[in-house]
Amino acid sequence: MALDREAIAHIAKLARIRVPEAELDALAGELSTIISWVEQLDEVDTDAVEPMTSVVAQRLKQRPDKVTDGGYPEKILANAPDSVAAYFAVPKVME
Amino acid sequence: MSMIQGATGAWEMVIGLEVHAQITSVSKLFSGASTEFGAEPNSQVSLVDAAMPGMLPVINEVCVYQAVRTGLGIKAEINLVSVFDRKNYFYPDLPAGYQISQFTRPIVGKGELEIDLADGSSRMIGITRLHLEQDAGKSLHDQDPKRSFIDLNRSGVALMEIVSEPDMRTSEEAAAYMRKLRAILRYLGTCDGNMDEGSMRCDANVSMRKPGEPMGTRCEIKNLNSLRFLQQAIEYEARRQVAILEDGGTIDQETRLFDSRKGETRTMRSKEEAHDYRYFPDPDLLPLELDPDWVAALKADLPELPDEKKARFVSEFGITVYDAGILVAEQDRADYFEAVAAGRDAKLAANWVISELFGRLNKAGLDIGDSPVSASALGELVDLIADNTISGRIAKEVFDEMVETGKGAAAIVEAKGLTQITDTGALEAVVDEIIAANPEQAEQFREGKQTVVGWFVGQAMKATQGKANPKAVNEILRKKLG
Repeated sequence: MALDREAIAHIAKLARIRVPEAELDALAGELSTIISWVEQLDEVDTDAVEPMTSVVAQRLKQRPDKVTDGGYPEKILANAPDSVAAYFAVPKVME
Repeated sequence: MSMIQGATGAWEMVIGLEVHAQITSVSKLFSGASTEFGAEPNSQVSLVDAAMPGMLPVINEVCVYQAVRTGLGIKAEINLVSVFDRKNYFYPDLPAGYQISQFTRPIVGKGELEIDLADGSSRMIGITRLHLEQDAGKSLHDQDPKRSFIDLNRSGVALMEIVSEPDMRTSEEAAAYMRKLRAILRYLGTCDGNMDEGSMRCDANVSMRKPGEPMGTRCEIKNLNSLRFLQQAIEYEARRQVAILEDGGTIDQETRLFDSRKGETRTMRSKEEAHDYRYFPDPDLLPLELDPDWVAALKADLPELPDEKKARFVSEFGITVYDAGILVAEQDRADYFEAVAAGRDAKLAANWVISELFGRLNKAGLDIGDSPVSASALGELVDLIADNTISGRIAKEVFDEMVETGKGAAAIVEAKGLTQITDTGALEAVVDEIIAANPEQAEQFREGKQTVVGWFVGQAMKATQGKANPKAVNEILRKKLG
């Protein structure tokens, strides 16, 4: 699959990465090469194979419904660039 | 079926609902932080919920149990294998940059739900799926001119997203669907259904078409948190779309917000580009596998749900479908009624619970749990009516006093001397007096004017301060004048 300039701009926007116009073509080439390399996997017929979800055969572990965590707002907010009265404060979001 | 009349004829609404119901659990879906409502900001947040690097989600077994029971309650297929996916988008109250949800393989598949309408009819609404997902944090936009404040206490709380088929045709049906779903969730104890605390909210998909035509382009109205707003938003949106379509325009598929102050919907700018969620299976979580025996055991253990209870009330107690519907709408109400009706005249009990008790509770804005009269106290009053100790009219007075003072029915009747006069001798004397004093009316009765008998009964009731047994008075009158 080949990605064009528009696809790269769209992906960059979704990922919130600023990509200068001048770099779009170069990135499109690079990403297309990476994707076509991975696409070699399509050559293997996997129609009858269940997707592998874990390298060891095990079931999803479940935990009992108990409160065992939380109660440390100061730790949660420790890395926040800005906070007010135990809230994170972020640049205003307009609805 | 109600249609919207436009300039070019009638338009039909097509409505589907996506309901987010917070699962009743003490801790979150993938972390051990508390879910309790109303805590100090960011005090119920684990490092998992704050998306600190290196933290791994571990699923809460009770959330799985609740989702499966809910699926069984809406008569849905339970998928023995389901998969968690990441739904990717950026928003300040979503610290991981993705929400753990279920996309291609949800835990619950197709089900159905019967809605009850005001005209007494009912209709089946299809349910597409139910899946497990995390809630996001809460944003406050109105506290500061330049900043939004974020509280992550809700971040990671378990939600069930319940998606209906586009089967509803009026805003009334949409509200009835929400009401029935809420009743089922409450009966199951899987969600408290409190819309004002945000533990149940819904998004409405609305499109318009001419009857018989294929479906039109829909708009999604987000985050409706009351039944009234749900109905208002749908009505507004339907008319907005009809105006555009009749003007020769086309509907843009978009996400809209309901402004409850203005009563209108508008485009939600922040969601304009958000529809590309790039779902993929969450590598931190294995597929969720359920044991069929375990599912069967949960099914066998389900409580009696509203529809079954309604059917039983009709067949067991002989009350009307309408009354049964009112009684089963809330489990506490149904339980209260059953306690009053046990071993008594159930129709009389239903009448007293619905007309007298519910009427007074509604007026006072009280829930059945706050009722000043217990089920056994109301039962005592019903007994006094049934054995002719007091008349229905006196009973209402007694009930008013029970509500006011909390005293027992028998004690009030005793203290105020309200016992009904059924003694024929005493009543005959009263009736004789009335006949003697009103020869004109007595003559009318003899001439065959049957309606005047009601007037005589009224006079007898007045003369005895309501204590005469109206049936006995009636019989005596007919004997004396007939």
